[in-house]
Amino acid sequence: MPAKTQAQHSTDDRRWQLLERAMQRHDFRPDALIETLHAAQDAFGYLDPSTLDYISSRLRVPPAKVLGVATFYNHFHLKPKGEHTLTVCTGTACHIKGNDRILAWVRDRYRLTPGGTTADNRLSLVEVRCVGACALAPVILTDGTLAGKKSFEEAIAIIGEWLNDAT
Amino acid sequence: MQREELHRLAAEHRRSLDGFAHHILVCAGLGCPGNEDIVAALRKEIAERHLESTVLVRKAGCMGLCALGPIVLILPDEATYQAVRPEDAGDIVAALGHAPVERLLLPPDLPFFTRQYKNVLALSGRIDPESIGDYLAAGGYSALFTALTEMRPADVISRIQESGLRGRGGAGYPTGLKWATVAKAAGEKKYLICNGDEGDPGAFMDRSILESTPHAVLEGMIIAAYAVGTRHGYIYVRAEYPLAVRRLRLAIREAERLHLLGHAICGSNLDLNIQIRLGAGAFVCGEETALIESVEGRRGIPRPRPPYPAEKGLWGYPTLINNVETYANVPSIITRGPEWFAALGTDKSKGTKVFALTGTVKHSGLIEVPMGMSLREIVFDIGGGIPGGRAFKAVQTGGPSGGCIPAAFLDAPVSYESLGELGSIMGSGGMIVIDETSSMVDIVTFFMEFCMDESCGKCIPCRVGTAQIHALLTKFQQRQATVADLAQLEMLCDLVKHTSLCGLGQSAPNPVLSTLRYFRQEYLDRIAPPAFAQEDSP
Repeated sequence: MPAKTQAQHSTDDRRWQLLERAMQRHDFRPDALIETLHAAQDAFGYLDPSTLDYISSRLRVPPAKVLGVATFYNHFHLKPKGEHTLTVCTGTACHIKGNDRILAWVRDRYRLTPGGTTADNRLSLVEVRCVGACALAPVILTDGTLAGKKSFEEAIAIIGEWLNDAT
Repeated sequence: MQREELHRLAAEHRRSLDGFAHHILVCAGLGCPGNEDIVAALRKEIAERHLESTVLVRKAGCMGLCALGPIVLILPDEATYQAVRPEDAGDIVAALGHAPVERLLLPPDLPFFTRQYKNVLALSGRIDPESIGDYLAAGGYSALFTALTEMRPADVISRIQESGLRGRGGAGYPTGLKWATVAKAAGEKKYLICNGDEGDPGAFMDRSILESTPHAVLEGMIIAAYAVGTRHGYIYVRAEYPLAVRRLRLAIREAERLHLLGHAICGSNLDLNIQIRLGAGAFVCGEETALIESVEGRRGIPRPRPPYPAEKGLWGYPTLINNVETYANVPSIITRGPEWFAALGTDKSKGTKVFALTGTVKHSGLIEVPMGMSLREIVFDIGGGIPGGRAFKAVQTGGPSGGCIPAAFLDAPVSYESLGELGSIMGSGGMIVIDETSSMVDIVTFFMEFCMDESCGKCIPCRVGTAQIHALLTKFQQRQATVADLAQLEMLCDLVKHTSLCGLGQSAPNPVLSTLRYFRQEYLDRIAPPAFAQEDSP
């Protein structure tokens, strides 16, 4: 699919303007590719092929390189996320304190593996390599809100409550 | 800004702070979730009692004892409260000027506090990280003025060399030597990078430093820029640390506003602009050449060294690249002198080191100790030992690149050399305590899975080797390994260690090698009896 022109995009949606402004801030320099991908993901929630194409043409970076960078780094998502995101930290301290049990529970309960989203688009599961709150291990984040020092039972109660409350 | 003006600003700010009889500092780091509610409750309580002119509530950086957080510090009384909830606000405010609230009070003689020596963390938790005035009032940026007005660049470098400061990112390369190499490098254009890509799972020293005293890192960087002669700096921070990034952005803006950064810094002819570059979740980017690739907007794939970044780094120009904690050490070396710094620590490892003490230990959190302190003092005195009456098994240092040190070596001093002799590394400062309930094979498999995932794929020993080692470890985990697997595991570890391109691959086998050295029996116990192994193999 050919990349849309800037004019088409800016009339479409404010999110394209945010992306455009981020590239402008770096004078459309090709080396600001990672910064640009961050801005695009912040605006759209994920990076879809048309966004990547657009960035490729604006920064004059070959599409293969853009895709290469977007897939190299764990932080970038190429698929949309669900309504809610459960983030489970799998750093060393959280591993020792048993976060694999929480992952196993989520897998059984919601049929979710890290990186996946439930069929009803309600919940996404993200696994992160250490958020740096190791003294609070094990750590989970419910839509970005950190909960730490919880036993397995407390943690699954928090998740259950959060998903019910949030609807 | 001239020195007099800086003094005036600092004095004014100090006066305005001194106008309050009581200061309530609330830890506003990532490690104390819910701190906003506590601040709001305290402010409401103070408004209701009409104490706005005598009591000041402020957000501060990390106070270290994350395990007992949220922590609140009362000044000038030096009373520290633990596990504070918003409901405690009334009692805390009512107790000001009287005896402290007993049920929340941490004993002032707690070894966690008394056994530490704070240098890099001296201001952490005692100033508002979002106020440059606070940093100035505490003597901040005076080292920069001293360097710019009283020293030539070469003097700054020789001071850093005399201090014996070594890189805090893990490898321990002498900082002064690195600075001297970059200063000597030919060419007008040079770059400065601060490595804040703290990817080691289980470590959060750099996050805390950036969240608590961002200006100290900036000050160290500006002094370094003066010493090596560069006008362009980058700070590479993990995107997983949004609070650190936000405070750093603010700190850069504030420093620019006061002409401590930007054009003609402090009225001198030094120019420096510092840009933030966000990481995007790649452990290999902590390796300096991979980080440089990433700053240039590419995949974080390491380059062969030599040439080292000091000769040929960012965009091919000489580049000084140091870790967050290394830069944060610089201002006090300039202010207090290299002799003071060199007097701390051991013969070859000078100064203090910040550690993230976590795992199964009572007082987990962020600590700073002089180099040379024994692991026993750190784990049992400062850390308070193992909770729940369980036995200590090992302490893991250096993360996926480090090793596990057993109880027999608890009296070893913490230094680059002694940890290296024990088959581990200092690393950036992650220290994870492991108790008897954890299996070493399981922990090592966890680390190897991490390295396998994070291998960039450029060199074959690391790309294929980590996957093969992981497959072998999985066999041990499932008790399906054979005697031949053990021999192959050792051979592969040796191969990956000695033939990988960068530090990630070279150090990936360390956890396996160190546990084979100290916990070999756990591997032997998981070798399946021959008949069983035959049954299970296809």
